[in-house]
Amino acid sequence: MRGREDEWTGLMRSAMAGDDAAYHRLLRAVTPVLRAAARRGLARAGQPPDQAEDIVQEILLAVHLKRHTWDSEAPFAPWLFAIGRNKLIDALRRRGRRVFVNIDDYAETLPGETPQETASTGEVTAQLNTLPQRQRDVLQSIAVDSASIKDTATKFSMSEGAVRVALHRGLAALTAKLRDH
Amino acid sequence: MDTDQLIRTLSADNAHRAPRVGAMLTMALLVAAPLSILIFATFLGVRPDVMSAMHNPFFDMKFAVTLSLAIPAIIISLHLSRPEALMRGWGWLLLLPVGLLAVAIGSEAMMAPAMPMTMRLVGKNSRWCMLAIPAMSLPLLAGALFGLRHGAPSQPALAGALAGLLSAGLAATLYASHCTDDSPLFVATWYTIATAVVTAVGAAVGSKVLRY
Repeated sequence: MRGREDEWTGLMRSAMAGDDAAYHRLLRAVTPVLRAAARRGLARAGQPPDQAEDIVQEILLAVHLKRHTWDSEAPFAPWLFAIGRNKLIDALRRRGRRVFVNIDDYAETLPGETPQETASTGEVTAQLNTLPQRQRDVLQSIAVDSASIKDTATKFSMSEGAVRVALHRGLAALTAKLRDH
Repeated sequence: MDTDQLIRTLSADNAHRAPRVGAMLTMALLVAAPLSILIFATFLGVRPDVMSAMHNPFFDMKFAVTLSLAIPAIIISLHLSRPEALMRGWGWLLLLPVGLLAVAIGSEAMMAPAMPMTMRLVGKNSRWCMLAIPAMSLPLLAGALFGLRHGAPSQPALAGALAGLLSAGLAATLYASHCTDDSPLFVATWYTIATAVVTAVGAAVGSKVLRY
């Protein structure tokens, strides 16, 4: 445990110093831990665990957009788990309300039929489609086609700077939509 | 988008560097301050006898009280903008203005009263005070909330309340130079009510806009 968390702190320090590979490794390393925690939280709240992935993605986005609030002198794990906890609580609150509304709707119009829990199709993917064209293109190119920033710039005849701006704005807009939807 | 793809996308954005929350808060307050000062200059202004008032320790005490609210509130609001931060160990800072006021009220009580207590308490400006402090706070509160949005507070309402306290503390500092009521009893009553109003607004708005 201790060793793992020290490793995370080291990776995050490298990431903040500009090491993209360290950042990639860190996010991959924390994801299974976040996933397990999200599943546990959903199970405890009596929610289906198939929504864990949406919560994990929301946590990762928040970690990314708020990483400037991490104090590089402090250990990384408490900061990460605090964000994870907040996002899980938000998600449960939101789902709790929605499930309640669903049951009500079904009770009135379709007696006898149990409300179907829609399989998690990926809230990030759904919100991605509501972004402005340019941001969506750039995000899709990098995420789905695994293109580099450089290749993406060539593909859409944009400057690399413009790709970077669209990428960051897209991620920020995505996070805002997930939070407020 | 699966999680691996998302992680790849986030890594591609690693070069993006956001300013620290402290820098954002400072900038936002510097943008908001001229608006508050404009309200002050238009409707209030510095009291005419300010030069002689400065020799009155109770006049000076007002600034000590308001700044001992504003500065700790700024410090705590920045602390709380980190997700893992707790209020524990920091809350006592907010007792500084309370302690100063208690000392001031005590020392005034020991002096021969210049005015009867009810007159010192009610003063001449209580209504203005209750109006002017919240009015001058509003631009600062908006600025503080804007700056703190850059952070990741785990308790948005609490962080919003701190934004209210810091903006009320700064607005009260301006107001103190206008108001001719220097009795600590007046400050303890009317400044506190005005601050409570702004703090409540900050908490209510903060609980909405400081979620991340």
